Amino acid sequence: MHLLVCGGTGCRASESNLILESLKRELEEKGLSSEVQVIMTGCFGFCEKGPVVKVMPDNTFYVHVKPEDAGIIVAEHVIKGRPVQRLLYVDPKSKEQVPDSKHMGFYRKQIRIALRNCGFINPENIDEYIARDGYASLGKCISELTPADVIDIIKKSGLRGRGGAGFPTGLKWEIASKNKADQKYVVCNADEGDPGAFMDRSVLEGDPHSVLEAMTICGYAIGASKGLIYIRAEYPLAIHRLKIALKQSKEYGLLGKNIFGTDFNFDIELRYGAGAFVCGEETALISSMEGRRGEPTNKPPFPAEKGFFGKPSNVNNVETFANIPVIISKGWEWFSSIGTEKSKGTKVFALAGKINNVGLIEVPMGTTLREIIFEIGGGIKNGKKFKAVQTGGPSGGCLTEKHLDTPIDFDNLVAAGSMMGSGGMIVMDEDDCMVSIAKFFLAFTVEESCGKCAPCRVGNKRLLELLTHITKGNGTMADIDRLKNMCNVIKDTSLCGLGQTSPNPVLSTINNFMDEYVAHVTEKRCPAGSCRELMKYSIIVDKCVGCTACARGCPVNAISGERKGPHFIDQEKCIKCGACFEKCKFGAVLIK
Amino acid sequence: MEKLKSLADLKRIREEAKTKLDLRVRGDNPEGLVQVKVAMATCGIASGAKQTMDFFVEELDKRGIGAVVTQTGCMGYCYAEPTVEVQLPGQESVVFGYVDRKKADEIIEKYIKNGELVEGIIPVNYEKID
Repeated sequence: MHLLVCGGTGCRASESNLILESLKRELEEKGLSSEVQVIMTGCFGFCEKGPVVKVMPDNTFYVHVKPEDAGIIVAEHVIKGRPVQRLLYVDPKSKEQVPDSKHMGFYRKQIRIALRNCGFINPENIDEYIARDGYASLGKCISELTPADVIDIIKKSGLRGRGGAGFPTGLKWEIASKNKADQKYVVCNADEGDPGAFMDRSVLEGDPHSVLEAMTICGYAIGASKGLIYIRAEYPLAIHRLKIALKQSKEYGLLGKNIFGTDFNFDIELRYGAGAFVCGEETALISSMEGRRGEPTNKPPFPAEKGFFGKPSNVNNVETFANIPVIISKGWEWFSSIGTEKSKGTKVFALAGKINNVGLIEVPMGTTLREIIFEIGGGIKNGKKFKAVQTGGPSGGCLTEKHLDTPIDFDNLVAAGSMMGSGGMIVMDEDDCMVSIAKFFLAFTVEESCGKCAPCRVGNKRLLELLTHITKGNGTMADIDRLKNMCNVIKDTSLCGLGQTSPNPVLSTINNFMDEYVAHVTEKRCPAGSCRELMKYSIIVDKCVGCTACARGCPVNAISGERKGPHFIDQEKCIKCGACFEKCKFGAVLIK
Repeated sequence: MEKLKSLADLKRIREEAKTKLDLRVRGDNPEGLVQVKVAMATCGIASGAKQTMDFFVEELDKRGIGAVVTQTGCMGYCYAEPTVEVQLPGQESVVFGYVDRKKADEIIEKYIKNGELVEGIIPVNYEKID
């Protein structure tokens, strides 16, 4: 028997280490320490009900455990085999006690569809994929369904593109299928470029066959015989595993001519990108694949009409494809039963930033930010206060405390002034300056703008200059208005999605954190204390003992004072490097 | 490899592969094999999963433990890489985080040999579809 005590940050803060010790002591007293082991584990993600203790192998889950409960757990559960009723988790809906963790709603918060095989099968072995019903959906499509049936299933499932914009996948396939041509293409967009998003890489590295199978199904549905995966060369392992997967499925005849003995032919090739953000935009992606500069073009014509070398092409993102085989095998009814009214299924999110459990999660659409950040993500690092979360990467916006209980789906995020994007979630705490955050994302888009249209090329650059101005304490209230105006012009007049969304981080931080912008320009103060130019270092005379450590450490000789007498910082000379603050052993250096 | 010419061929391969996987997972016989899966996505490898995997392969062999060590994709616990899933025959699998060589050694000596859990367990909190 094992007793697992949660050692996550939240539970540790409420003395789970004392619980561990008390349990060990109780077991020792009863002479059971050789048979029952007490182990501290990582975060159960159930921090709200912490500290938690789980008993194995019967999966009994105790919540709000106190060190003094150790006695009763050992006496009742370990010795007599009776769960301690009062410590069991009570389901908030049914008001009933839940005997084991398998029946807890909490553990159904994450459902893995796109990630179903990631971390479970060996991605370099096609047989393991087949053992998990791989390629059975392809077989079903080719031998039992017409292309129109397949499109109908995908349409009814309600699947929307996971790359960012959320366009209905079935509709996209239908348009591509109706355009007549001697050659059509299925294109997989694996040009994942949002800072902080890595779900597509994980799918390709963990389950490459699911994408190959889905592309082949798509080829059958739209009448294409050729597939292309556009992947960035910065993903060498994903490329390596894709190559192995391609070789294996060709050997099995799952790609190539006469698949499953029918007259359907389909083949897939890889195309490498150099890692430009704009190439995630489908027209730019196609230009790049054709060997030209990765620049977007006007839509229409859409790729479904005129795509790769002028032929109808259907472009879907990796995660979108990863959902397809499951929709075919389990049916559209099953898939559309998950999620919200207009956003079906699940979404993979990459949690990053100031959050305890940085990682990849997959939750049904409609899960709230609070559930994602505080339950699955284990809350904010170092017990700091939550401030905002940036969704949708540099094209998205930041959401705040007031959005924590909004169910997340494509439409709600747009209504809240952000977007789904590819599913990056960067969590910020009270130490993050929102003006600097906007500046960070804008610096990224300025770097990644292809330069084809003026609003994006010139406008974003000017935005960045204004933001830099403000973070240095040189801004005025008029600058904030100028920022807003310019943002709207860039949004309205840019050619592609990159420019149309790049001002979002600026607009959403102005909307949600206007007070921080105002503090920067009127008081020349950074409320989060992160803008270096606005910080002021001074020495508290009463605390200074005159040890001269700060003066010796100052690289610009800005500190003066006699030995054993109080020291002073010359604000004109100070470069705000913080060396004096680190050197002072008496806490006499004050940062404001 | 032979070509699969029909759905029946695929089903046959699936049954064969399933039996192989099941044997590993169920481990009906007491000498059933221990299964060790190392998360080997780019992030895992960057945190040292390759060394961990090599260690398991070599040491399990040296210490005469019948085990299958395989690589797998990202398990999603980026904060605790390298992550390793260990399944003892007939038991539920356990995921360990921060598995360097030292931790790997502890897992072999304590958990794999004697069924004693060691610290560093990551509680799995998702539902997998079949």
